[in-house]
Amino acid sequence: MTLGVREAKRAGTTGAGGGGPVDAAPDGLRASTRGRLVLRRFLRSRSAVFGLVTIAALYVLAFVGPLLAPWDHTQQDYSAFLRPPSTSHWFGTTQIGEDVFAQTMRGLQKSLTIGLLVGLLSTLVAAVVGAVAGYFGGWVDRVLMWLVDLLLVLPSFLVVAIASPAFRGHSWVLFALLLAAFGWMLTARIVRGMTLTLREREFVRAARFMGQPSWHIIARHILPNMASLLIIDATLNVGTAVLAETGLSYFGFGVQPPDVSLGTLIASGSRSALTFPWLFLFAGGFLTLAVLCVNLVGDGLRAAIDPSAARGTARVRGARRARRFLRRAGAA
Amino acid sequence: MGGFLIRRLANYVLLCLVATFLAYALASLTFDPLARLAERNPPPPAAVVESMRQELRLDEPVPQRFASWFGGVVRGDFGRTVTGQTISDELGRRIGVSLRLFLLGTVVGVAAGVLVGMVGAVRQHRPADYLGTLFAFVLLSMPTFLVGTLLKFGGLQLNLAAGTTLVYFTGEYDPGLRGGWGSALVDRLQHLVLPTLTIALHQIAYYSRYQRSAMLDVLGSEFLRTARAKGLTRRQALLRHGLRTALVPMATLFAFGFGLLVTGSVFTERIFGWYGMGDWLVYGIEQQDTNIVATVTLFVAVMVLVSGWLADVLYAVLDPRVRIGSLGGHR
Amino acid sequence: MTSAHSPLDPPKAAPGEPVLEVSDLEVSFPSEAGRVRAVRGLGYRVDPGEVLGIVGESGSGKSVSSLAVMGLLGAGARVSGSIRFRGRELLGLSDGELSRIRGRRIAMVFQDPLSALTPVYSVGDQVAEAVRTHAGVSRREAARRAVELLDLVGIPNAAERAGAFPHEFSGGMRQRVVIAMAIAHDPDLIIADEPTTALDVTVQAQVLDVLRTAREVTGAGIVLITHDLGVVAGVADRVLVMYAGRAVETGTVDQIFARPRMPYTLGLLGALPRVDEAEKRPLVPIDGQPPSLVQLPPGCSFAPRCPVSVPQCTLGEPALAPVDGGTGHRAACIRSDEIARSEAVPAEIYHVEPVRPAREPGPVQRASRVVLQVRDLVKHYPVSKGLLRRRAGLIRAVDGVTFDIRQGEAFGLVGESGCGKTSTLMEILGLRAPAAGTVRILGRDVVELDRRARRAVRRDLQVVFQDPMASLDPRMPVGAAVAEPMEVHGYPRERIRRRVPELLRLVGLGFEHADRYPVELSGGQRQRVCIARALALEPKLVVLDEPVSALDVSIQAGVINLLDELKDRLGLSYLFVAHDLSVVRHVADRVAVMYLGRIVEVGEAETVFGAALHPYTQALLSAVPVPDPVTERARERIVLTGDLPSPADPPSGCRFRTRCFLHAALSAEDRAVCATVDPPRKPRGDGADHEVACHFARPRKVL
Repeated sequence: MTLGVREAKRAGTTGAGGGGPVDAAPDGLRASTRGRLVLRRFLRSRSAVFGLVTIAALYVLAFVGPLLAPWDHTQQDYSAFLRPPSTSHWFGTTQIGEDVFAQTMRGLQKSLTIGLLVGLLSTLVAAVVGAVAGYFGGWVDRVLMWLVDLLLVLPSFLVVAIASPAFRGHSWVLFALLLAAFGWMLTARIVRGMTLTLREREFVRAARFMGQPSWHIIARHILPNMASLLIIDATLNVGTAVLAETGLSYFGFGVQPPDVSLGTLIASGSRSALTFPWLFLFAGGFLTLAVLCVNLVGDGLRAAIDPSAARGTARVRGARRARRFLRRAGAA
Repeated sequence: MGGFLIRRLANYVLLCLVATFLAYALASLTFDPLARLAERNPPPPAAVVESMRQELRLDEPVPQRFASWFGGVVRGDFGRTVTGQTISDELGRRIGVSLRLFLLGTVVGVAAGVLVGMVGAVRQHRPADYLGTLFAFVLLSMPTFLVGTLLKFGGLQLNLAAGTTLVYFTGEYDPGLRGGWGSALVDRLQHLVLPTLTIALHQIAYYSRYQRSAMLDVLGSEFLRTARAKGLTRRQALLRHGLRTALVPMATLFAFGFGLLVTGSVFTERIFGWYGMGDWLVYGIEQQDTNIVATVTLFVAVMVLVSGWLADVLYAVLDPRVRIGSLGGHR
Repeated sequence: MTSAHSPLDPPKAAPGEPVLEVSDLEVSFPSEAGRVRAVRGLGYRVDPGEVLGIVGESGSGKSVSSLAVMGLLGAGARVSGSIRFRGRELLGLSDGELSRIRGRRIAMVFQDPLSALTPVYSVGDQVAEAVRTHAGVSRREAARRAVELLDLVGIPNAAERAGAFPHEFSGGMRQRVVIAMAIAHDPDLIIADEPTTALDVTVQAQVLDVLRTAREVTGAGIVLITHDLGVVAGVADRVLVMYAGRAVETGTVDQIFARPRMPYTLGLLGALPRVDEAEKRPLVPIDGQPPSLVQLPPGCSFAPRCPVSVPQCTLGEPALAPVDGGTGHRAACIRSDEIARSEAVPAEIYHVEPVRPAREPGPVQRASRVVLQVRDLVKHYPVSKGLLRRRAGLIRAVDGVTFDIRQGEAFGLVGESGCGKTSTLMEILGLRAPAAGTVRILGRDVVELDRRARRAVRRDLQVVFQDPMASLDPRMPVGAAVAEPMEVHGYPRERIRRRVPELLRLVGLGFEHADRYPVELSGGQRQRVCIARALALEPKLVVLDEPVSALDVSIQAGVINLLDELKDRLGLSYLFVAHDLSVVRHVADRVAVMYLGRIVEVGEAETVFGAALHPYTQALLSAVPVPDPVTERARERIVLTGDLPSPADPPSGCRFRTRCFLHAALSAEDRAVCATVDPPRKPRGDGADHEVACHFARPRKVL
């Protein structure tokens, strides 16, 4: 053997005890860790960023707007009944002279707050129930899943509606808690399904064979690995909760007067919607916008976290280029 | 195998029973039908209130009341409303009204949803896809009562523009209508359009999103590549192999979509003045009527379970892997 | 077949003219990090009836280039260069135009037969669809032809099985179906992309046979893409070695294997453990990782890993140039002439230390204490089927397994998938009372263990799984993963802090790796982390479940060497499960061969591999391809018929008899013995320790 060999290499054995790293990390991965990658993908989705910005703006508006407006939501302007939008009443007035803008802001506040609270709470319940059912299996799983089946047979809308007389006259918090208590089933099923797969994953098995107790495994390995799913679901659940809240309030089964939510506003406005559209359109528009934005954020998160979906944007650009190329190649 | 079917049926019956009981108990505990009576002006004499209390058996414990009500249900007697009508008399008619809405809404919703989702996947990132996505997102962000009200508004504009009444937006038919069988059908259709659309639009949006993503999942699959390697064009492969395979997960969704449908129909019936089960539920709660509420709950529970069963059957039809009695083989 | 020759339909072979000619092929994809240049200036040709083997590790661009030929790349791919099929340029044709060629003139067989068939159509329908797509025949005629094709590729009872769905077929059978579709129209070219990678060796041998038949029947040229040099040695006429998107060496199969001239090829050949080699030599690991195809460094892309690179290597990428006097053998290395002159072998070029400390011969070792004792272990579980989840039977996954492992011994468990090796491992690792039989770990029967004792035993029993990515929690940095077992077992914090860097060093990683996440590491590094984690508690016995099968050859060699070395240094015992017999022969001291839940042969590795007595062991060994074309041509193959019977319903008497070549050759009386008497495991041969479960075992040369 006469070849000159680069000195630094001692490849003979694997470097056990020798120290030097054996095979280097793939380039470029160190620079973009997962979190940053997700963020970059998220920010690239214009609709998701639009959703995030808008939802933040709506929150600010809901809480700051009333401070700027000249009217309070319970105040009545006896000089203006059923007036269309004007400079003094930005969104017009109701039959009894209430300021629609003030009411809409108040309703937006309530709807968004309830939505956020319910979305987070129900996801939390879902995570715990789903992970426990999936991980332990056996009778725990059977009992919990039977409960889920039961709650699916008994739609939450129905339960909360039936229970509504009970919280008449109580705070909206009770209503929100009830919504959360009946809104976790679908997510729990998904969480359970994921837990079943994760449980068979080798790192969970490794932890089990290491002697790690089950609760530790759920808390340290299972739930953190579902974080992305939970974030997405929590977001989407916020949207669902807002819809559930307004739906129930629409029938008077939810937020009770004198409090207002977007649902109660739309309900009172829609009776005369055909002739006095401002009573209804502003509340309806804000509601749709808020839920749409929440859904856009959820969808953007999903795309950013799930790489197979994220290929999307790259695919378009690539496709356009490929078509252009093929056209050229065909002409040549 | 027979044992399995029986166990499963028994579980269904048990679920229905427990669900109905929970609704009945919850309603009994929260409702106070006598309060409404007492609010009347002038207040009714104490004897009337007392006889009402007797009649509604409000002094008995809830399980006992449920047992006697349910005993009647088994014999086909759903009890009476607070105002004294027999529930069974009205039940059949209301179920008919609701089922019409459910069935038409589901058929239109599933068919159009699958179509929209498929087009979205095949033409991903083209205008058709963006349009479908936008449509679905906006609709899924709108509560049914908003969609219904807007459709009503649109119907009004349409009628104004046409100069004649093309679509109606209250009731199921025109009670004062005179004429033959043909004009009755047209009248029914005119009443049917807007409510069905209200129900179907949500379903379309819901199913189209899932169909689209199921198709996109299939797009990257190896069997699609095999199909193209055989000489099928991309479009042929997608339609023959992709669509068929992507339909399989839709079967399961069908069961979940049903909850959406039930809730949606409550709003739709209310807005368009259809006297169906959803309308009855709201009426029952407003009247603080336990029997109506329990009856509607039982109906919903049965419908959810039937749709779940249908979904299973559909799943087996679509996917040979779960078909029973298929050729015995490996694994 | 149609006879009109449209421009899309060039005439059949003119002799001497290549079927396929690829030149200057470039393929790139968009990615997060930038454009991935997956194929860079690739060129090759395939003649009619010729088998071209394209070899390379994952990410070398071998599959991408073949998908480019088929026009099946995703929309994001950018393709340039030239792909001429029978003189006609394919690049730039529309999907519709290409679809007239695909499946009729060029056919393709994919890697994973499990997902290559549409699950909702019957296999007969799918083959018939392939027939109808290009030939205007009736449905009936197509169905008839489909049955014919299925029969041709060796599906038993083809007419009846045509109605079955893909999930009712085993992997090997499905791959036959895919091949049946591929040969439906007598193609001129068949591209087979890792056609046997997902299959067991015995099934691999069957499928390769079918491919050979397909070539004979159709006279097609074949492009065989694989990472397995053994398969290439046995099947290919010419070989193309790819690295980082380029061809780095090409020549006839004998030239490449006997006189490799590119250091990468040399490394690949040296990294391969060989099933036919008794002498244990350390394998040749190639340092580092293939380069990122996003930002390629200038110069030879292999230079950073090359043991003989010189500064000139980084100046420009070397072209594929003739070596050894231009006999069709070409290599892309500026020092190939020097390599040729020196006639170096891989171990020299890569500076592998020649000999490891010689292992003590068997008997001495056998005297040491028993770490694991398994007696008549049984694991059955019910299977349910169909929508109604009715009970379909009892899978006898492990059905009476007996073996011992002594301290400092590596015990290999081999067998086809479904033979029960992994179930055996899981039973042992579960530390629960088995359904039947006993498991004693370090002298303690698992039945007697309570919660505390079980935890204590866990310290001495550790495990390394197959897929290093899956066995590390993606959300836990490496340091925390290595520390986890010590935390569980209550080590003081200070001690853990000291031990983590120690462990990382032990497996050849640096301390800087401690705060990285698993995604930031390469496959080999991740497996090293898993090994470090397994060693954290200083166990006596390490269970290794296919620890290298997810790794590329060049990386695998390093991990195998590490395992060898750790065993010697720390006196560990291994229970090593692998399907790759070459790896087992390299690592194990003793070997047990499993078939349908039983051990059919067990003994010293040298004895079992060198003088196998059980016909199943002989068949397995004979199916393993050897990376040496000369040996491969001379070998006589035992091709097992059929698939593994269902473990829910094993044959009576000897379980192997349904596939046994020996059984088939016996007299009727002897056959009756096989069918009725379950052969007990009895000591055989010279080795005191060699036991075989066969009534009529006899030696046979298979390697």
